[in-house]
Amino acid sequence: MTQGFSIPRFTLPSLVSAIGRQLPQWPHSLALATALNAAARVGLLPSEDLAQLEGRSFLIEVLDAGGQACFCYRGGWFRPLFSAPAAPDLSFCANLSAFLQLLARQEDPDTLFFRRDLSIVGDTELGLLIKNMLDAVEWPQLPKLPTFRH
Amino acid sequence: MRRQKVPQLICPAGSLPALRAAVDHGADAVYLGYRNDTNARNFAGLNFDQKAMVEGIRYAQSRGRQVLMAINTFAQPGRATAWQQAVDGAADLGVDAVILADVGLLDYACQRHPALRLHLSVQGSATSYEAVNFAHREFGVRRAVLPRVLTLAQVETVIRNTPVEIEVFGFGSLCVMNEGRCWLSSYATGESPNTVGACSPAKYVQWERSPGQMSTRLNGILIDSFRDDEAAGYPTLCKGRFEVDGETYYAMEEPTSLNVIEILPEIARIGVAAIKVEGRQRSPTYVAQVTRTLRAALDELASKGQHFHLKPAWQAELARLSEGSQVTLGAYNRPWR
Repeated sequence: MTQGFSIPRFTLPSLVSAIGRQLPQWPHSLALATALNAAARVGLLPSEDLAQLEGRSFLIEVLDAGGQACFCYRGGWFRPLFSAPAAPDLSFCANLSAFLQLLARQEDPDTLFFRRDLSIVGDTELGLLIKNMLDAVEWPQLPKLPTFRH
Repeated sequence: MRRQKVPQLICPAGSLPALRAAVDHGADAVYLGYRNDTNARNFAGLNFDQKAMVEGIRYAQSRGRQVLMAINTFAQPGRATAWQQAVDGAADLGVDAVILADVGLLDYACQRHPALRLHLSVQGSATSYEAVNFAHREFGVRRAVLPRVLTLAQVETVIRNTPVEIEVFGFGSLCVMNEGRCWLSSYATGESPNTVGACSPAKYVQWERSPGQMSTRLNGILIDSFRDDEAAGYPTLCKGRFEVDGETYYAMEEPTSLNVIEILPEIARIGVAAIKVEGRQRSPTYVAQVTRTLRAALDELASKGQHFHLKPAWQAELARLSEGSQVTLGAYNRPWR
């Protein structure tokens, strides 16, 4: 049923994660927090949902790339955390392909969860709030790149 | 060739992008709810505030599609006005119908808004034509959604004995099929779809990862453990694996999704008015994928009639999206009564 190019399910070679884990992780955290703040500032993320994130910490782990990003939400801003908290309020873990499929809205998070391609650990209700908040974002109309068609 | 009459396709909308996805991919109607416990998908961050509701209704109706508003939980003691206000709001917004379960609310809606079209929710749990005809006689209900407990022959019997349009589930996560009467979630958490608008609310759910497996707990009760190579389901009691007589298995129901695509010709023949897709909690991507697939199948049925040919690609696409990555015909082809 998929038309055009779609992101396949893949796993990066184990060497990639071995190297990735040795690299500093703070640039990922900084980049992600900056992107989320930009999305919040232009009104893509509803303020009443954002308010419910106050004081919570998050970990995004890209398993096969050996990369992770940690951030928290405090005082109306996403703030990068330069070391991973021992027990973040919420962790999303998946391989790179699953995150790319989610970002491109090619796959549904529940589908990835049923297939065990995505795992969520921590405060489940917080996870649901984030999932639903991102689902409700009306992304600006982008030119139809083949990668983002499905 | 004369086109065969096919059921309407009713698709879920948990957000504005999901509503647009349903409309853009061929839904005849969408169903949605407010951001509160007046509907049975009361999940954090899901559903429509007033602004999104207005825009969603405009988007669908301007394209000739219908909007059905689910107000399908039961009014809680001392708070009946919240449910009545939801019905008033739906009437003001000009939705095409409201989907209600509570008999008191049905009475309120038919007295206060005689022009508002009423559908009986699956949560109303009407499984016989007598129950459906009661709702028609007393409240003027025009359509009833049947719980997923009836065989196809039983659905046909209901249709032959009622003037009310009949809607059945066509695709989506299957629960223990006792809609409106299930208290398993309350047994574990004290909260259920009928009371708070959510089955197994997320705040009670804990997923634990350990090497090689993932365990699910609901309010501390171990529901299931999945090896890394096993497909998972929603964290509900009905889909747990339990030890019964020394054997551990899915004692009530396997994680699975209902899929009627292979019996669509039969469903159309017996006069089902509409088929419903479950999943307001799923993302716009799921809504687009399921709507597109079922639209293609219904269009094929409309043009080919008895020469309807089931495409393996449709089955594959729907199975891929399913809970536990498997599908079933559920009660429709059940041999026992």
